[in-house]
Parts: sequence; structure tokens; C-alpha cells
Amino acid sequence: MPRAPIKRSRRGGFDLRIPAHERDVLATLPDMLRALLVDGDATDPVLQRLYPNAFTDDEEASTEFREIVHDDQLEQRLAAIDTMERTLRSDHLTEDELIAWLAALNDVRLVLGVRLAVTEEAIPADFAGDPETEGAFELYRYLSFLEEYVVEALSS
Amino acid sequence: MAQTAPIETERPVGDEDVAPEVPWIVIVWNDPINLMSYVVYVFQKLFGYPRDKATKLMLDVHQKGRAVVSSGPRERCEFDVSRLHAHGLWATLQKDR
Repeated sequence: MPRAPIKRSRRGGFDLRIPAHERDVLATLPDMLRALLVDGDATDPVLQRLYPNAFTDDEEASTEFREIVHDDQLEQRLAAIDTMERTLRSDHLTEDELIAWLAALNDVRLVLGVRLAVTEEAIPADFAGDPETEGAFELYRYLSFLEEYVVEALSS
Repeated sequence: MAQTAPIETERPVGDEDVAPEVPWIVIVWNDPINLMSYVVYVFQKLFGYPRDKATKLMLDVHQKGRAVVSSGPRERCEFDVSRLHAHGLWATLQKDR
């Protein structure tokens, strides 16, 4: 079992032991996510996943619901991304900062997961062949690994 | 994790197991992306459910495809759905039939 990259600290908050090369990868995520959230096409399946229908059988009510909640949710998502970006190289995070990381990491996983059309049983071989797809699934798996540790730390 | 005030922890929540006078329910649907541990964390954080209950609800979502996670007046359910969406979960509300 590798050493946990994120642990609750005795002095409060959380200690991060994430190698610099992994942080370089994480550093590419904020701009990618912001571009999609701010300039993306609302019909993009990824944005439909981030802002799903609130009613299964009422498109009109779902649209109305989305219009009401969208701006607040966008603001929350952007704030989380900003916090993650600002603290990307930190070795210590407050609880609020780590919660922001979790929100941003989970949003990126949703984006990649929808783009790749992952299933619960997805394995690397499913995405072999195209380097871009392979890379995206590798990133998805890394973020899943990291998020598990973030959740575990927050729940500890 | 910080403890928040429990909401409706005494009311049994399950697929078809909601008090008859309650008009609206919130359903969370299974998806292949969200981590099981993350879903448990979100249920605890948003609803103040104890870990056991949050885990049971997550397993219902995972195994049965859906679970009723809260119930109450329409406005309350809309609020819950918006918070679940903000956390990346796939949730809907409907009248309890």
C-alpha cells in the first residue's frame, strides 16, 4: 500500500505529499475545466451531465430549474477551481481548500468520464490505440485514485 | 468529517418506503463515474446521515440503480436536488406516487 498522498494533519487541515510531476498534470486541469464551463455549448453531453435534468418526465420544468440554479452552481464550480489552482503547490491545505479540490477533481472526472463513455468495468485496454484517448483514460484513473484519498482524508 | 445537524434521520428511506403524507421525493440514479466512497461522503455531508445509512443508500443506488435519498415539500426537494447536482450526482425529484 503506497503512502497516502493526503492525510489529515495533527495541526489541523491536511498534509499533501503529491509529487511535483503529478502537480504539473493537475495544473493543466483548471484552464480546461473553466473553458468548458464558461464557453462550452449547453448541448454538449458533458455540460448536460454537470447540469442534469431535475425531472425525468418534464423537460420544461427541468429547463426552468436549470435556469434558476445554473448561475449559482457555475459560481461554486469556478470558485472551487480557483481555490485548487491557487493552492496547487501547497503542502498543507485547510479543510475548505481540500473540499474545493474534491469538487474540482470530481468535475474533471465527470468531464473525462462522459467524453470517454466509461463504464464501471472500464479497463485501459478498452481505450488502447488512440494516444489521446489512452492519455485521457490514464488521467481519469489517476484522478480516481487521488479522489479516493481525498474522500478518505475528509472522512477521517 | 464535521457533524452537521441530522435531517430526517428518523424517517425510513428506501425505494418505496416513504411516509404517505409526503408529497415529493428525491431520487439519486446510478452512474458509472462517481466513486462509491464519494457518494457516501456526499450523502453524509448534504443530509447529515450517519455513515451506515449513507452507505446503505449508496449501495441501493449502485445495485438497484436508484434510491430515494430525501423527501418533503417540493421546495425542499428542489433544494436537495440542486445541491446533489452541484456535487456531480445525478438526481431528480418527483411526486411520491
